[in-house]
Amino acid sequence: MSNNWEMVIGLEVHAQLKTSSKLFSSSPNQFGSEPNENVNFIDSGMPGMLPVMNFGCIEMAIKTGYALNFKINKHSVFERKNYFYPDLPQGYQISQFEFPILSEGYINIESGDDQKKIRIERAHLEQDAGKSIHDIDPKYSFIDLNRVGTPLLEIVSYPDLSSADEVINYISSLRQLLMYIDVCDGNMQEGSLRADVNLSVRKKGQELGTRCEIKNLNSFKFIKQAIEYEFQRQINIIDGGGEIEQNTMLFDTSTGETRAMRSKEFSHDYRYFPDPDLLPVNLSQEQIDKIKPLVGELPQDKLNKYIDNYNLDKDIAKIIIAEKQNANLFEKMISESTVKPKFIAAWLVGDIFAFIKENNLEVNSLNDKTKDITDLLRLISDDVISNKAGKEILPRVLNGEGKPSELVKELGLEQVSDSGELEKIIDEALVGEEQNILKFQGGSDRVLGYFVGKCLKATKGKGNPKLINKILLERLKK
Amino acid sequence: MKNSISQIKKALIEKKISVCELYDEYLAKAKSCNNNSFNLVIDRENNISSINDSQNRYDNGNPLPLDGIPLGIKDLFCTKGIRTTASSKILSNFIPNYESFVTQQLLNDGSIFIGKNNCDEFAMGSSNETSYFGPVINPWKNKNSQKDNLVPGGSSGGSAAAVAEGSCVASMGTDTGGSIRQPASLCGIVGLKPTFGSCSRWGIVAFASSLDQAGPLTNCVEDAAYVLNSINKHDFNDSTSSNHQREDYLVDINNSFEKKIKIGIPSDYLEDVSDDILNQIDNTKKALSKHGIEFVDVKFKTTEHALSTYYILAPAEASSNLARYDGIRYGVREDGESLDDIYLNSRTKGFGDEVTRRILIGAYVLSAGYYDAYYRQAQKVRRLIKNDFQRILNEVDFILTPTTPNEAFKIGDKLDPISMYKNDIYTVPTSLAGLPGISIPSGLSKNGLPLGVQFIGNYFEEKSLLQLAALAEKELSFNE
Repeated sequence: MSNNWEMVIGLEVHAQLKTSSKLFSSSPNQFGSEPNENVNFIDSGMPGMLPVMNFGCIEMAIKTGYALNFKINKHSVFERKNYFYPDLPQGYQISQFEFPILSEGYINIESGDDQKKIRIERAHLEQDAGKSIHDIDPKYSFIDLNRVGTPLLEIVSYPDLSSADEVINYISSLRQLLMYIDVCDGNMQEGSLRADVNLSVRKKGQELGTRCEIKNLNSFKFIKQAIEYEFQRQINIIDGGGEIEQNTMLFDTSTGETRAMRSKEFSHDYRYFPDPDLLPVNLSQEQIDKIKPLVGELPQDKLNKYIDNYNLDKDIAKIIIAEKQNANLFEKMISESTVKPKFIAAWLVGDIFAFIKENNLEVNSLNDKTKDITDLLRLISDDVISNKAGKEILPRVLNGEGKPSELVKELGLEQVSDSGELEKIIDEALVGEEQNILKFQGGSDRVLGYFVGKCLKATKGKGNPKLINKILLERLKK
Repeated sequence: MKNSISQIKKALIEKKISVCELYDEYLAKAKSCNNNSFNLVIDRENNISSINDSQNRYDNGNPLPLDGIPLGIKDLFCTKGIRTTASSKILSNFIPNYESFVTQQLLNDGSIFIGKNNCDEFAMGSSNETSYFGPVINPWKNKNSQKDNLVPGGSSGGSAAAVAEGSCVASMGTDTGGSIRQPASLCGIVGLKPTFGSCSRWGIVAFASSLDQAGPLTNCVEDAAYVLNSINKHDFNDSTSSNHQREDYLVDINNSFEKKIKIGIPSDYLEDVSDDILNQIDNTKKALSKHGIEFVDVKFKTTEHALSTYYILAPAEASSNLARYDGIRYGVREDGESLDDIYLNSRTKGFGDEVTRRILIGAYVLSAGYYDAYYRQAQKVRRLIKNDFQRILNEVDFILTPTTPNEAFKIGDKLDPISMYKNDIYTVPTSLAGLPGISIPSGLSKNGLPLGVQFIGNYFEEKSLLQLAALAEKELSFNE
C-alpha cells in the first residue's frame, strides 16, 4: 500500500543551553524550581525593562558551530517575533531571523549500514517562553514564567530525512554532540531538547508534497509514533483523492494521533523586526577562534581513537562513546591504570553497565571508584583471582564495601597459582584414574575437562584454571 | 527671572533658605497650580527624610551636586513605590518596584522629587492632549486672546509647564521626535535632548527604543548642564548605552569658544515659515555674530522624508513595545469571556485613540508583504538622513534651526493628526540621526508667546553645544 510512497522530513530541534543565567536577564536558568521563582523584572515584561545579552550563549552557539560543521557568522541580529500569549510577557520573543549566528552545517548519521549526511540550514539563538498550565483548575489557567527567557538554540535541518529511524538517529546524534560539547544537558523529559517535525509525502522520484508541522515532541517514542501516524494520514488523504492542507499539528500522546492546531490561513504574522533594544552581534575572528579549543574531542574522534589506539571492537567502542560520561569514565580508568583498555572496555560495557542499570545509577556516580575498579581488573587480568571471582567481587567494590584486595582476602577468593601446590593436588587427583588416563592418551579430549573439573573442585574453585590445564597436560602426556 | 540651580544652591549654602522651606515653596506652587501639569504630587511625608538628609549635608558643608533641588519627573520614568502611568489608563494603577536609572542618579545626587509630570499618553503626541489625565495648560497666554487655554506642547508638556510656572526647578523629560525640545520652546524654557545612548533608557516606559532619550527641561542652559552631569552615565543594563568618557558639562559653560565657530542654517527648513519664526533665526544670528561666530547656508537633501520615516519607524517599535500592556500581569484588566476577549477589551479600553492609531500603523508597516515597502525602506532612509547630517557637520560645527514651526496653539485646535505631526518637523530629523539638540527661548511672537531656536551638535558633543547655547541665551533672554 505505502510501498511506493516515501516521506520527506525536516526537523527543527530546540536545544536549551546549559547557561547559569538566561539569554537576556540574570535570572537563574534551572529546571525544577518553585513556579515563578526564577523570574525578574525583565522576564516578567515590566515597563522600561531592557534585555542585556548573555555572552555565554554566544560562546555556546559558536561551540555548536564547530561541532555541527556550521559556518559561524560574524554578524547576527536579534529580532522580535511578535505575538500575544500569557506565557510570553513581553508580547514578543527575541529570536534571530534574517541573520542567524550559524548557517549551512551538517552531521553524518547512520542509515541502515551506511552513513548519511544530513544538511542543516541554520541554527539561531532565541528565548524560550513560559509555561501555561491548564489542568490544575477547571476555571483558571496558571502561568509559570520560570522558563521565560531561557536560552534556546534552534537547529533547523534541510528536508534530508526519510524515515522515523533516520529522524531518531539524527536527533540522537545531535543530542550526543550537544552533550559532548557541554552546551545542552540533553534531558528530553525536562524539555531540554524538543523537536518540531515537518513532514510531507510523495511518490518516489516525484516533486515535494505539501508539508505539515508536528509541534513540540519531546521523546523518541512519541516522535516515532507521530511520524508513522502522520505519514499514513497523509497517504490516506491523497489516496482518497484529497489534498494535504499545510497545517500545524499537535501530537496527542494519549491517542497516538496527530490533529490540526491551525491552518496556514490562520498562521501568525509575526512581524519580525530587529530588536532596537539590542545591538547586532558582531564577532571578530579572534573571538570565534578562541572558542575552538573548548569544543574538545567529539564522539567520532573518540570512536576512531578507541578502535585504532585501544584496539576496541567497533560495537563496544560505540557503546562507550554513546554518552560523554561513559567515555569520561572509560578514559579515566585507562589513565589511572596499566590494565589493557580492551580488557577495561569489556568489563565496562558488561558487568559495570549492568550494575548501573540494575541500580538505576548515573554513570558519573562511579567517577570516584575508578581506582578500585581498575585495581580489581588488575587482579583479574593478572590471574590473582578468577573471572568468576571478579564478577562476584565487582558489585561489592562498586557499592564501596572495601578495597578489592581486602575483599579478595576476606572472601578467600585468591587463586592458587603456586605450581608446586597445584602439582600436588593434581597428582592426588590422578590416583586411581588409570582408565581415564588411557582414554585421554587414546585421543579423547573430553577426559581433559573432567580432570580439570576434578582438580578445581579439589582447590575449592580457587585453583588457577590455566595453570591446572598446563600441568595436567604435562602429566597426562607422560 | 526664576532662580537657577546655582543660585538656589548658593542660598542653601548661605542658609538664606532651608531645604525644607525651598521644598515647601515649590510643593505649594505645584499644588496650587490649576494647569494639570502633575499626574501625581508626591506626599510631603514621603520626602521628609530625604529633605532632612539633604539639609544635614548642607549643614555639614558637603552638599551633593543637586542637593535639595526640587524636580519634576515625567510620568514615563518608573519611580520606586510611586505610581507611574505613562499618562495611560492601562497603567493608571501601576506602582513600580524599581527606580529608573536616570531618576536614581538624580536621587543619588540629592534632588527631591515634587511629583510625576503629566505627558502625552506613552509620550505619543505634540500637545499633551492625548493624556488620560487630561490636557495640560500652558502658563503663557496669547496677549491678543487672553481667555484661551493654550497647549504646552508635548509629549513632555507637563514637565515644560511645571518648570515654566515654577512648581519645580527642573523636570526630567524624554524626547523621541521632539518631546523635550518642542514643549520647551512653546513654554519659553530650555530643553535638551542628549545624543542617543548618553542617558540610560532603563526604567523608562518605552515608546520607540531606537529614538527615546531622556533629557532635562530647565529654566536656563546652566541648569541643563547640572542635570546632564547627573544623568549622563554609562549603564550596563541598557545595551544601547554608550560607554564613552563623560565630561563635566559645567566646567566651560560660561567661557567663550577658543576656536572659530561656524554654524550652518539649513535654508530648506525656512521655506514657507512665518515671520515670527524667521525672526527667531535672525535674532539668534545677530546675537551670535557679535561674538565672531560665522553663519553659512547649508542644504539638506533628506528633510522632506524625515517625518514619514519617523512615522513609520516610531510606530513600528511602539507597536511591539506596547504589546506587554495586556492587562495580565499588571495594569488595568478588563473582563472578557475568553483570553482573546481580555486582551481585546483591556487594550481597547486601556489605550487612547492616538496610541491605538500608532499601534495599528506600526503593526501594518511590519506585517508580511508591507515590511520591505515601509519598515525596511524607512530604515534605509534613516541611514541617508544620518549621512546627510554627517556631511553637513563635517562643514560646520553646529546647525541652527527653529524648534517649532509655530507658537503654542489653543487646546483642541489641532485635531487632525497630520497637522499635529508636522509640529515636530524641525526636531524629528535630529532624533532620527541620534544627534543632540537643545532648544532655548529666542524671543516672543507677535502674540507675545515664547518661541525657541534649536542648536544641533555632533555626537556626544553636548559640552560645546551647551557652551554655545549658554552664549546665545545671554543675548536672547526676554522678559516675561
